[in-house]
Amino acid sequence: MTIEVKNLVKKFGTFAALDGVDLKIGNGELLALLGPSGSGKTTLLRIIAGLDWPDSGEVSFDGENALVRGAGERQVGFVFQHYALFRHMTVFENVAFGLRVQPRSIRKDDASIRARVKELLDLVQLDWLAGRYPSQLSGGQRQRIALARALAIAPRILLLDEPFGALDAKVRKELRQWLRSLHQEINVTSIFVTHDQEEALEVANRVVVMDKGRIEQIGTPGDVYDNPATAFVHGFIGESIVLPVNVSDGRVRLGDKALKIAADGASSGASKLFVRRHDMQVGPAGSGSLEGSVRQVRSFGPIQRAVVALCGGEIIEIDAPRDRELQAGEIVGLEPRRYRIFAA
Amino acid sequence: MTMELQQSLEYAAPEVRSRVRPFAAPDDVRSEPRFVRIGIIALATAFLSVFVVLPLVVVFAQAFSKGVSAYFAALSDPEALSAIRLTLLVAAISVSLNLVFGVIAAWAIAKFEFSGKTALVTLIDLPFSVSPVISGLVFVLLFGAQGYWGPWLQSHNIHVLFALPGIALATSFVTFPFVARALIPLMQEQGTQEEEAAISLGASGLQTFFRVTLPNIKWGVLYGVLLCNARAMGEFGAVSVVSGHVRGETNTMPLLVEILYNEYQFVSSFAIASLLAMLALITLIAKTMLERHIDEEELPHDD
Amino acid sequence: MKRRSTLPGFGLSLGLTLTWLSIIVLIPLAALFLKTFELSPDQFWNILTSRRTLNALKISFGLAFAAALVNLVMGTIIVWALVRYRFPGRRLFDAIVDIPFALPTAVAGVALTSLFAEKGWLGAPLAAIGIKVAFTPVGIFIAMVFIGIPFVVRTVQPVLIDLDPEIEEAAASLGANRWHTVSKVILPSLIPALLTGLALAFARAVGEYGSVIFIAGNLPNVSEIAPLLIVIRLSEFRYADATAIAVVMLVASFLIIFVVNRLQRWAQTRVPAH
Repeated sequence: MTIEVKNLVKKFGTFAALDGVDLKIGNGELLALLGPSGSGKTTLLRIIAGLDWPDSGEVSFDGENALVRGAGERQVGFVFQHYALFRHMTVFENVAFGLRVQPRSIRKDDASIRARVKELLDLVQLDWLAGRYPSQLSGGQRQRIALARALAIAPRILLLDEPFGALDAKVRKELRQWLRSLHQEINVTSIFVTHDQEEALEVANRVVVMDKGRIEQIGTPGDVYDNPATAFVHGFIGESIVLPVNVSDGRVRLGDKALKIAADGASSGASKLFVRRHDMQVGPAGSGSLEGSVRQVRSFGPIQRAVVALCGGEIIEIDAPRDRELQAGEIVGLEPRRYRIFAA
Repeated sequence: MTMELQQSLEYAAPEVRSRVRPFAAPDDVRSEPRFVRIGIIALATAFLSVFVVLPLVVVFAQAFSKGVSAYFAALSDPEALSAIRLTLLVAAISVSLNLVFGVIAAWAIAKFEFSGKTALVTLIDLPFSVSPVISGLVFVLLFGAQGYWGPWLQSHNIHVLFALPGIALATSFVTFPFVARALIPLMQEQGTQEEEAAISLGASGLQTFFRVTLPNIKWGVLYGVLLCNARAMGEFGAVSVVSGHVRGETNTMPLLVEILYNEYQFVSSFAIASLLAMLALITLIAKTMLERHIDEEELPHDD
Repeated sequence: MKRRSTLPGFGLSLGLTLTWLSIIVLIPLAALFLKTFELSPDQFWNILTSRRTLNALKISFGLAFAAALVNLVMGTIIVWALVRYRFPGRRLFDAIVDIPFALPTAVAGVALTSLFAEKGWLGAPLAAIGIKVAFTPVGIFIAMVFIGIPFVVRTVQPVLIDLDPEIEEAAASLGANRWHTVSKVILPSLIPALLTGLALAFARAVGEYGSVIFIAGNLPNVSEIAPLLIVIRLSEFRYADATAIAVVMLVASFLIIFVVNRLQRWAQTRVPAH
């Protein structure tokens, strides 16, 4: 199933939750919608599911207009952030619900429904919980039951809203791996929403980074991390050092100091220089185009993290390998190894 | 908050539970000196005993003052039986009308966003703040001989006032908010996620309502019906104005209490009153038990 | 593009709600106002300023306010005992508070009358010290106190339960003694709820009929409440008189609803979220 979204706009009062979104999703993809809260990612997911309706724009499944169909007619499996399990039904009945409410003409007989539910509970490895009620399950178990329930209707698309948001860190990590392998097994086009970059980068084949109702970048996890398309993406994904610079005649200046780095085609004027913490080369005084004094050093694992005050007064944090231990008070030279410049 | 409060206007909101810390130690910074504590407890219990418990005791003492056989004789009097029948009938009519209305209104108000919602809720609450006498009067003004529709009804020989329809209408008016009031906060608390899940799994609107929404609010519905019923059976002022007091025909139990009392038939009067008092006590006990279930219904099912 | 909502039945359910609301509540109340407009302003004014009407209104509003004040004080004491202390029978007394709500008013009326009549359990000792309760304005006041008990208790109770214990501990740690903590920290934060309870008890007492008329004596100008005067005018087929008094009382209850809503808003802006 492919999904195509064209120029989607959705406003809540004066607030634009979606401000012209275009997106194509290929068959069998596992896509992450990543962004801060209020970026419109959940709204986009709900519109695809048919739980919300856009003010304008198009949504099509395999080239067919999806907006003429209600949520129940789209064959979309939706996993809610807080699972929305039916609290008065057992796990078994929750999973069976979508099968039991089918029109009589296509509804399967009870034995087939039971067999199918059993199969799904096996798939999520929770068949032993069939008789329990949602309130008797742990968060991770609820999550997997919600997924089994969504899969029961043989969805053409699987949508997950913050699937790991309400879980604790350890369970979250386990479920990430599990979701990846489950996706490989069932191979249904899937989209999940998250505000956690690590989750998006680790699970998805492709990541859509959103901010303020717009798409900032679409790409593989490697793309969005290594080649951020905008200042927002650079700042949102991974930890960055941001320095205010001025670009003129292809040269980059910090304050009145010219840096050795090339402007890389950045347009002239006030700009921002983005450098990953570990992409800042540290050497003895005078070794780089920037100079600063080390304020604090903490060493853990393979790196040492140093707080450095630059001559211009900016305070930055860098991650350096531990081949040369830095000392507080030491003057060091700094040189960005990899960097991006965006207009301010 | 307004809603919770307005609900407590007639009956305590279900969320009023008694969470109390253990008896405070003497040096607890959050408690008072021992003599103050004892004084406050004594004052509170004495006041409640004199003003609330004693009147209740009087009802039963008077009802049984001439013995058990006189009590049952009073209750099996044809007039008493007819009043009991009418009371049950009126309660059945107005409770079922307001049950259907309350569920539908709560669905519209709790599950959708629209402008004017606060105003609508205030209007639904209105009968709580209207004097019972006025609640009866408005129907006299509509259906009475000098009322707007009275002459037309008279010429078509339709009896509304001083007959069952008028009593049922006035009772429906005073009990109007109960079911809706019990359900709106509960359904708002529960949100719409489970319904959305059902719809996205292919359930129809009615399937969603009967299989997902209704099972989740069943205790709340029962709570509303219970309070609605208690008020419907006990309503005096409004019914008194529209009933016409036709003996054996349009007297409900509370009206019969009044008539018998004014005729100095105290045992009979208090015997009927004791039935109504028992209704009140059973209602209170059932209400306390239901509040526990409703708390569970309200519990969000993730942590 | 057509806006659609996910859940079905909005138009239908709202339509049915408005229809039913109109039939049972709005049209009947509108009839009351329409009937009033049939009176000339002079007629209206003469009815309201007649001695008997004025006295009935004075009795209803005056005694209702006095009773509401008693409920405010006693309600505060009761709610404090119920929320802050543990004592035998606490849960029972907590449940008892609701009885005036649940007991049909006619039953309350005959019970209070029997209790406070000259030969009654409480009436006899009171008569011995020269206090006559039944069939006097004092009786009306007693009945109004009875029906108002739950309002202050049930509005203040949830607020007192939810009061953050840390603010009391903070006050104590800053050196306040218990009396200062209660009077300067706790009671002020209960004020919106207390006033709301007062207003609700007052509204209920003003309109009360069943529990009052038995004990009142119903002597015109002395112990005749306004709702009873409405009933009397109706039985005399003086609809105009009944309507005029009813409109005044209805407008008063609208004003009280308005005040209560304001109090609620005030309470919301005062209470910090925790």
